[in-house]
Amino acid sequence: MAEKLTVHDPRGYPPQVTGKPLAPRLQSLEDRTLYLVDCLFDNSEAFVDQLHAWFAEHMPGVNIKRIAPRESWVDDPEMCAAIQADGDAAVLAVGL
Amino acid sequence: MHTHVFARLARSVARANGMPTTRQAFVPQPVVGRSEAELRAYVDGEDAVNGGPFMQRVIEGLTNPLDDEDLAGLSFDRSAPALLEPDTEETLQRLFVEERWTDFLPVVLPTEERVEAMLAGTSHARDEVVGRMRPTAFREFWEFTVEKVAVNAVMAGARPEYLPVILAAMASGMTARSSSTTSFATIAMVNGPIRNEIAMNSGTGAFGPYNHANATIGRAYSMASQNLQGGSVPGETYMGSQGNSYAYSAAFAENEERSPWTPFHVQHGFEPTDSTVSLFLGGWYTQFGTIRDDTWQERFRGALRACDPFIGPIVALDPIAANKLVDFGFDTREKLVDWLAENSLLPAREYWDNQWMQTLVRPWAVLGQEPYATHLKAEPDEAVQMFRPQDINVVVVGGETGGTYKMLAGSLRDSIVRIDDWR
Repeated sequence: MAEKLTVHDPRGYPPQVTGKPLAPRLQSLEDRTLYLVDCLFDNSEAFVDQLHAWFAEHMPGVNIKRIAPRESWVDDPEMCAAIQADGDAAVLAVGL
Repeated sequence: MHTHVFARLARSVARANGMPTTRQAFVPQPVVGRSEAELRAYVDGEDAVNGGPFMQRVIEGLTNPLDDEDLAGLSFDRSAPALLEPDTEETLQRLFVEERWTDFLPVVLPTEERVEAMLAGTSHARDEVVGRMRPTAFREFWEFTVEKVAVNAVMAGARPEYLPVILAAMASGMTARSSSTTSFATIAMVNGPIRNEIAMNSGTGAFGPYNHANATIGRAYSMASQNLQGGSVPGETYMGSQGNSYAYSAAFAENEERSPWTPFHVQHGFEPTDSTVSLFLGGWYTQFGTIRDDTWQERFRGALRACDPFIGPIVALDPIAANKLVDFGFDTREKLVDWLAENSLLPAREYWDNQWMQTLVRPWAVLGQEPYATHLKAEPDEAVQMFRPQDINVVVVGGETGGTYKMLAGSLRDSIVRIDDWR
């Protein structure tokens, strides 16, 4: 019978994961303000342009606002505050 | 919203943030390079992962009622015992491969005895936290101790006397296994007395595969990055579209003894008696050349033009090449760096027609940060300087069998670490 070895687990220590609730949903987007957040990836502005156009054609009663962070991949508290101040919902587009 | 190839990653990140039911919608990859009409077709089409109309998924994601799972989120613990269940060598080797803890080459199994022997290479306590690491900016940090680094050093085949170098590299927090779609690798260069203490190679064959210390230090840094940061699994924690062979092992020593200039680490403010490891994030392009009397300037300009403007080069000169450049008037490393920066020219149109310049640098230009703001105003055919002097690093390595140079992508990001702190 082959000898059995005891070896170390090579993995690091992960952070604890704590559950978070999703933000409340709206009953309808009609007459609400929806922020389209451009994540600044190459060509994402062009994609958000098409999202914006879709809403203008199909759901003109939704108030669309466009916004983007100052830098890619860096938290922008001012942007978040602006969305929270007068936004009812937000869509982030588009991660690679 | 994401593109479909990132579905597994997006769900993994949501789960790791305690929100596994985060509402997500997917369009086809790529978005980069697609026309207005093509992007509109994505919006009008189906969700590329879940099926059904894409915009219906978006609207429903914003308006459908939440259920108990949405409101509770998900809490969980991912900790594991320090030691695995005992088993045979053969079974453990297979387990390590299946769990993606290796580089798919055989490893030295980290038995308790081997890890104890490795820990003799440092005076630091086994349970001291060395640092934190993550594969990319939007994933969670994992933490690791001296012992965990030693475990991975054993696996790579390193010797205890190499451990301070490996600890220093890991303490930098810069991963050798970035998740980037660009297939980054991280290249490590060692300076100072430790190079000779542990018999590293800075001469013939220094870039590999001809030296035990170089090979196993680079391998240990790579595997430790993978295992201590939460993994490097294609589709989830690794998205490099083509991969990178530098990620197997990329560590060498600077040839300080044969360099005509001050050692690299001394140029950056360290003492000659300090031992340091410098970590360069890059590994994208690699070019090669020789220094010729008549055409060296044209060759360098051509090589610089072929670099990606997002990542400056490590210009690695054999000592013969370095001394030739001294003959041409570059009696200091700084003078050469300045010349290289001034001659790194690209038409503005090409400079900006680049995914990473658009994604990461253009926002800085819009904010007014120089030199990018000026580059943004350049006419399309106007030559702009690709690199600032601080983007270019000149090092000396090689055994003088030929006056050669390599130009390889490598960005120094405040990432020179003192090895002596980890002895």
